Amino acid sequence: MPAHDLQISHLEVLESQAVHVIRETAGTLGRPALLFSGGKDSTVLAHLARRAFWPAPVPFPAVHVDTGHNFPEVIEFRDAFLGRLGMRLITVSLPDMIRDGRLTEPPGAVGRNRLQAGALLQAVEEHGFDALLGGARRDEEKARAKERVFSLRDEFGQWEPRDQRPELWSNYNTALVEGHSLRVFPLSNWTEADVWSYIERHDVELPPLYYAHDRKVFARDGMFFADNPFVPPGDGEEPRRMRVRFRTVGDMLSTGAIESAATTPAEVLREMAESRLSERGATRADDRFSEAAMEERKREGYF
Amino acid sequence: MELLTFVTAGSVDDGKSTLIGRLLHDTGSIPDDQIEAVARSSARMGFDETNLALLTDGLRAEREQGITIDVAHRYFSTPRRSFIIADAPGHEQYTRNMVCGASVSDLGLLLVDARTGLTEQTRRHAFLLSLLGVPHLLVAVNKMDLVGHSRETFEEVAAEVSEFMTRMRVPDLTFIPISALNGDNVVSPSERMDWYGGGTVLHHLETVHIRSDRNLVDARFPVQYVLRPRSDEHHDYRAYAGQVAGGVFRPGDEVMVLPSGMTSAVASVDGPDGPLEQAFAPMSVALRLTDDLDVSRGDLICRPGNRPEPLQDIDAMICWMDGSRVAPRAKLRLKHTGRDVRAQLSEIVYRVDVNTLHRAEAGSLGANDIARVRLRTAQPIMCDDYARNRTTGSFILIDPDTKRTVAGGMVNPSRR
Repeated sequence: MPAHDLQISHLEVLESQAVHVIRETAGTLGRPALLFSGGKDSTVLAHLARRAFWPAPVPFPAVHVDTGHNFPEVIEFRDAFLGRLGMRLITVSLPDMIRDGRLTEPPGAVGRNRLQAGALLQAVEEHGFDALLGGARRDEEKARAKERVFSLRDEFGQWEPRDQRPELWSNYNTALVEGHSLRVFPLSNWTEADVWSYIERHDVELPPLYYAHDRKVFARDGMFFADNPFVPPGDGEEPRRMRVRFRTVGDMLSTGAIESAATTPAEVLREMAESRLSERGATRADDRFSEAAMEERKREGYF
Repeated sequence: MELLTFVTAGSVDDGKSTLIGRLLHDTGSIPDDQIEAVARSSARMGFDETNLALLTDGLRAEREQGITIDVAHRYFSTPRRSFIIADAPGHEQYTRNMVCGASVSDLGLLLVDARTGLTEQTRRHAFLLSLLGVPHLLVAVNKMDLVGHSRETFEEVAAEVSEFMTRMRVPDLTFIPISALNGDNVVSPSERMDWYGGGTVLHHLETVHIRSDRNLVDARFPVQYVLRPRSDEHHDYRAYAGQVAGGVFRPGDEVMVLPSGMTSAVASVDGPDGPLEQAFAPMSVALRLTDDLDVSRGDLICRPGNRPEPLQDIDAMICWMDGSRVAPRAKLRLKHTGRDVRAQLSEIVYRVDVNTLHRAEAGSLGANDIARVRLRTAQPIMCDDYARNRTTGSFILIDPDTKRTVAGGMVNPSRR
């Protein structure tokens, strides 16, 4: 067999590494779970988890932190997609937690992404999860660029960038002292383009929001927000119908759309190649709070 | 498209951040919003032009906030390859971060200042890259603009570094004269150094031959997870999941399972889309065997005629990474592939002074120390020499109480 046949593409290498990480999590930890938002990254992650254990079922559940401000299309997609994968879904509901006083909503906040940290930590405690797999990528943001694949959190869910575990080769230390837990990021080394290439290659289904559709939006801070019951448009923010798609799918209050005509993964990839704006810079209001918004949230226990 | 992971090395002032910024910028990898942010910061800090070094620094902001500088990972691609940069900080106190970055890299990109040549820090980094078995070393002789783009200076520096490298194992060594500041020979060839006939840094990264770096001879499959669906459809299915660490596995191959020594044959190599003709490093697959053996996580599947020796007394080079000190008789846990065993540090043979490369006696080891040691494990591990296989030849050490990763180790390093 000539050596040139023994070659796999960079996307297959990334997949193999991610599968290794997912299996390592299941092989060494007692109660892992997969954080699922219905976004493209967590959808790819769930798809990879299915592949990692095929033909056996995925040996851990999915957890969705429901802010109560979700796009209905995402919730519909979530239930159908996880159902097809045969994964059990645990929902952590922010509205429920606010209602019964387990969480307090700060006044005037943009979206509830910042509350997710607290909700997540309570879920970790309640269900005894020792590892949460997430679809975060290091190329998203500069604080993420420094994150480990297996990232340690203390009993308060805090990330301590000063004291991260060294990671060598693909030999991961998953040992924990009582109360600590791990956040595991199998897609660490994937870029936005890698995720879309993978979606195209494997025909991974996504919520329709990711592709161009007509929607009533209004412009604010250079982004297009969906006209929705939670964010009333301000003066001069007249909603109008536009052809848009979303690059990320979070809370309706903080996720903006872009003008787009892309209706397939291939067209999205073409559009991205021409785009001069980063994913988060373009459409995520919650990362604009301050220079270190993401880092601060991560320290609080956010992903 | 191929994937190439490389680690950057060189002292803080040698222009590492500028070079990475230049690579990212000149390949069109920086979104406009990020370039604008850097331009704003540059103006605020009083630079006349956009300072590309700021592109990679979150790092700098982190320093202002007093956070330890750590390995950052950055990504870019060209039509020929995808690249992962393990951006390791240069300082001696971050030796462990260099070691982490080097452990996963195909290539080390070592910056040398044309004005100063080989410094203590360059020596240390070259040694660490060699110790970690990084197969390719690219030495970028930087700041050529400050030495009049002089061919003689470049050749002197290259000769000095080459001479130093003869003392260690570096299979592939390349030199390129550059100016990261002006972009000479980084992505575009330099008009100011027409005496240089070679390729640019990017060209080298795109074309360096890495396919032969994997071990495709010694078949090694560490069992990571056992797949037992127990469903009606796959009632009797039993497969061993893992990532191939060496060699090639095909249906029909005779195999042996260690440590038990039982033999069988590969019934099928299963990928998620069904059976495959073969699997090789670094594919994550599942193997089914023709016999119903008792195989579990931590076992190793190999060939009966080509197997690693199960060892309980291990000769290794380690990098101690923890703030605590360690002395002989310390109790540790050793994780090797999927195997997690108790271990004891039996002996510190010598400590390497990473600046002079001299060997010194040591009663104990502290953070960032590199040392040759002997370890005794409670159960045998199935390891290869690190030079033969970076996966089966490496391990990590974990403190049994704090669960911290305290060291990384390489089995039977051939030199030093």
